[in-house]
Amino acid sequence: MLENHAKLMQFFSSTEEIVGRKKLQKMIYILKKCEVPFEERYQFHFYGPYSEELTLRVEEMCNLGFISEEREEKKNYYQYRYQITESGREFLNHYEMDLPPLHDHIREMNGRSSRFLELVSTMLFFEGLPREEITEKVYAVKSTQNYTEEDIQDGWKFIEKLRGIH
Amino acid sequence: MGYRDEKLSEEKVFKDPVHRYVHVRDRVIWDLIGTSEFQRLRRIKQLGTSYLTFHGAEHSRFNHSLGVYEIVRRIIENFKDRPNWDDDERLLCLCAALLHDLGHGPFSHSFEKVFKLDHEDYTQKILLGDTEVNKILTQVEEGFPKKVADVINKTYANKLVVSLISSQIDADRMDYLQRDAYFTGVSYGHFDMERILRVMRPMEDQVVVKESGMHAVEDYIMSRYQMYWQVYFHPVTRSAEVILSKILHRAKELYESGYTFKLKPTHFFSFFAGQPTLKEYLALDEAVTLYYFQTWMEEDDPVLSDLCDRFVNRKLFKYIEFNPNSQMNQWMELYKLFSKAGLNPDYYLVVDSSSDLPYDFYRPGEEEERLPIHLLQPSQELRELSRLSDIVEAISGKKRTDHKLYIPLDRLEEMSNRSKTKKRIMEILYG
Repeated sequence: MLENHAKLMQFFSSTEEIVGRKKLQKMIYILKKCEVPFEERYQFHFYGPYSEELTLRVEEMCNLGFISEEREEKKNYYQYRYQITESGREFLNHYEMDLPPLHDHIREMNGRSSRFLELVSTMLFFEGLPREEITEKVYAVKSTQNYTEEDIQDGWKFIEKLRGIH
Repeated sequence: MGYRDEKLSEEKVFKDPVHRYVHVRDRVIWDLIGTSEFQRLRRIKQLGTSYLTFHGAEHSRFNHSLGVYEIVRRIIENFKDRPNWDDDERLLCLCAALLHDLGHGPFSHSFEKVFKLDHEDYTQKILLGDTEVNKILTQVEEGFPKKVADVINKTYANKLVVSLISSQIDADRMDYLQRDAYFTGVSYGHFDMERILRVMRPMEDQVVVKESGMHAVEDYIMSRYQMYWQVYFHPVTRSAEVILSKILHRAKELYESGYTFKLKPTHFFSFFAGQPTLKEYLALDEAVTLYYFQTWMEEDDPVLSDLCDRFVNRKLFKYIEFNPNSQMNQWMELYKLFSKAGLNPDYYLVVDSSSDLPYDFYRPGEEEERLPIHLLQPSQELRELSRLSDIVEAISGKKRTDHKLYIPLDRLEEMSNRSKTKKRIMEILYG
C-alpha cells in the first residue's frame, strides 16, 4: 500500500527540508535519472520536466499529515517549505525500502539554485541526443533563461558527480 | 504547388456531435487520417474503463483526435494576420493536434503502470519510425516528422505552437471536456468555447486570453474541476481500473512463473517480457485485450479467471473510505485476515489514491512549477488568472485528495456467518 508515497517520504526523511516546489520537482527527476527508482512520470513543460503525479502525491502526503508544507510570502511570489513529520516517520517504519541512500545526492542538489537544477534536468531530458544537440536544444527551449556555455559545462560536471556518488 | 500546400478539390467534412463538423481541406491531413496508425485509434476508447460507469462513454481516441484538430484549425483561423503569429506554422500545428494521442495503447492508464510503458514514447516512435504516418510527414519536408514530434513532446522552440496543443488552456482539454461530458451524459463539462476562441491572443511564447473573456475561462476551469470528481475519478470507474490492473499483474506473474495458459497470450508476451517493439505495441488494441480477458475467464488459475469474470461481467469491487494514516494498523490486520480467508490480499485488498489517476487541476504556477493561464489586460499587462478570479482562486487553492479501499464484498459475504475471520473483517470494514 502506498509504496510510491513511502519512497517519497524516504526522500524527505533524508534531508532536513526541501525549499521550493520547482526545486522538489527537478530533484526527483534528477534522482530518477540517477537510477533511483521513483515511479512518478514526467513530461516536459515550460520550466522543464514536471510531474503532475508528484505534485498530487505531495498534496496527499500533506493532507495525511506525513509531510508539512509551509507557505512563505516572498517579494513577488510564494515559496513552499517541506519537511517530514513524526507520523510520516512512523508510517515509514512499516516499510522496508529498496532505495539507495539519498543524503549525498540531496545535499549536492540542495546546494544549487532551482535555475541550475532546471538546466540539469533539461539536459537529462534530452540525454539520448549527442552532446552538441543537447546544447542546441537547451538554447532553443530555454532561450529566456540565458544559460551560458559555462553553465552547461557545469551541468555536465554536476551530473557526473551525482552519478559517481554510489 | 508542393504536397505541403496541396488542397483537396472539395472540402471534406466529418459530422461531429461536439463541434457539429470537422473540416478538412489539406491533402496532408486527409492522408494522415487514412493511415492504419491513425485508424487504430478507433479501437482505443477515450475514457478507458469509464463505460462501466457511464454506459455512453464508448467514444474513441479517434473522435477526440479529430476534435482537437478541429479546435486548433479554428484557433489558427482567428490568429491569421495577428501579431506574433507565423502562418508558416499552420500545417505543423494541425498535424500535431491530429496526431498528439497516436501512441495511446489499450486502457492506457493501467497498461502503462503495470508494464512501465509511456504512450508518449510510442507517439514519438510512430512519428519517427517506419510507419505510414512517417512517410506522409516526410513527404511534406525532410525533418517535418521531427518537428511534429517536438511539438507533441513540448520541446519545440516556438512555445506558442506548443501551447496550442498543450498548456493549461489548450485544444486537447477543450475537446475532451466537452466530448466526455457529451458521451457520459453528465451536465458538467460545458463552457462557452466559441467565446474563449474569440478572446484568445497569440503572444511571444504562449496563448493568452483577453481579460474580458475571464468568465468564460472560469467556466472552463470549473468544468475541469467537476469533470474530475464526477467522471474521471468516479469510484466505480476506479474499481474497474483496480481490477484491470490486477488482471494484468496476475497474467504477468503467471507468465513469469512458467504457468501454461490454455490459450497462449501471444499478443502479451513482449509486454510481459519488457519493451514491446512498435509493431507489437500497435497490434494490441482494446478489442484484442478484451478477447483475452474473455478467454482467461476459463483459465485454471482461480485469481485470473475470477478477476476477468469481474471485469467482463461488471462484478466490481466495493469500496470504503480509507485513511492510510489513522488506519494503518487496521490495514495490516486486514492483510493477515484476508490471507486467512483464502483471499490473496495482493489482489483482493487494494488501496487506491487520487494520485493513482493523476489529473491536472488548474495550478497558478507558483514558483514556476508550470505555466499558468494569463489574462491580457487592456494595458497589455499579463496577470495570472487566479489573481483576478475569486472562483479560480478558491478552486486552485483547495487541496482535495482521497483514498479508498477496494474489496470483493461478495466473496466476504459468501463466507459462513460463524467464521471469526469474516466477523473481524466486517467489523474493521463497517464497524
